[in-house]
Amino acid sequence: MIYLELLLGFLKVGSFTFGGAYSAIPLIRDVVLSYGWLSDAELSYMIAVSESTPGPIMVNLATYVGSSQAGFLGAVLATLAVVLPSFFVILLVMNLLGSILKSRYAQAVLQGLKPCMIGIILATGLYMTLHNCFPLVQGANVDFRALLMTAVLTACIPIYRYLKKEKPSPILLIIASAVLGIIIY
Amino acid sequence: MPKQQLILSELFFSFMKVGLFTFGGGYAMISVITDTCVEKKQWLTQDEMMDLTVVAESTPGPIAINCATYVGYKIAGMTGAVLATLGIVLPSFVILYIISMFLEHFLEYPVIAAACRGIKIGVSLLILDAGLMMLKKMKKKPQPRIIAGCAFIIMLLSNIFSLRISSVVLMLAAGIISLFVFAVKRVLAQRGGEGQ
Repeated sequence: MIYLELLLGFLKVGSFTFGGAYSAIPLIRDVVLSYGWLSDAELSYMIAVSESTPGPIMVNLATYVGSSQAGFLGAVLATLAVVLPSFFVILLVMNLLGSILKSRYAQAVLQGLKPCMIGIILATGLYMTLHNCFPLVQGANVDFRALLMTAVLTACIPIYRYLKKEKPSPILLIIASAVLGIIIY
Repeated sequence: MPKQQLILSELFFSFMKVGLFTFGGGYAMISVITDTCVEKKQWLTQDEMMDLTVVAESTPGPIAINCATYVGYKIAGMTGAVLATLGIVLPSFVILYIISMFLEHFLEYPVIAAACRGIKIGVSLLILDAGLMMLKKMKKKPQPRIIAGCAFIIMLLSNIFSLRISSVVLMLAAGIISLFVFAVKRVLAQRGGEGQ
């Protein structure tokens, strides 16, 4: 029963993946391949599409896999399944943990989590930027066009801030980078 | 329109915009959500956004969904949570459904491939920017600095050498260390108190 399989498979993905899509991909791979829905190559292509389309990667992937396996209803079920665990966990956290979070011990834990997360986000951003310009794949050269784009975009932010007296909105930056990408590549 | 309905529709459409314009997963979303919820709509303070990021990161599921549910619930209860979550999922759903139906070779169109490469670069910078902004607002004390520094170095090295150290493990370690330091400080403070 493909509908039930989709529901259970993506419930598992939604419940057991922490910390964003990149850490989720191994689990998704496991689920998808073990049910035999897709071949490895098809799945890699779908992951690439999910990364290049807007929205949460896991939701994109769930819709894509669901729809390719069982049409519209499959897409709805897979998407719901990946979203619902998140939804209920957050409701639970906000209702139960509100008072616990105010205790001194919980605050002590939070005090460790916050800087750790900042470190992780910075490292991810830096790694991605470096990886765009200097691909670590063997035989690949420095990507000068990516380097140029990184430089142009980095320069644009302070110029915009100076002219408009406010931070450029991230959405604007993404649109600008898409246009620049089309021009440069 | 009554006020409650206005807030609900704002929640729905704001998160739809977030869903429609963010590429590249959770960390990139955080900078767009901050822009929308903290700076434009003022639904959250910067501190609350920081708490939200920690909660979203340490609970299962897509970070963006966690954020949407959290903000929706905080602003307008259960209905708000449902609408914000629906709002952020809907664009993804529609776009991917269309692609799976009609565009078999989506990534092979040169224009789309070029735009994607551009977006990837933009998104990397956005994540870097979000991290820098949080760093600026962090308490300037040795302990958070050391933790942030260590997390940064470990994560960077694990990325470069593809060691697959999960960010969750790092967060867990940081939480435990911080709790330990707090406990030790308390014990020491109590001893000091007794000594006097």
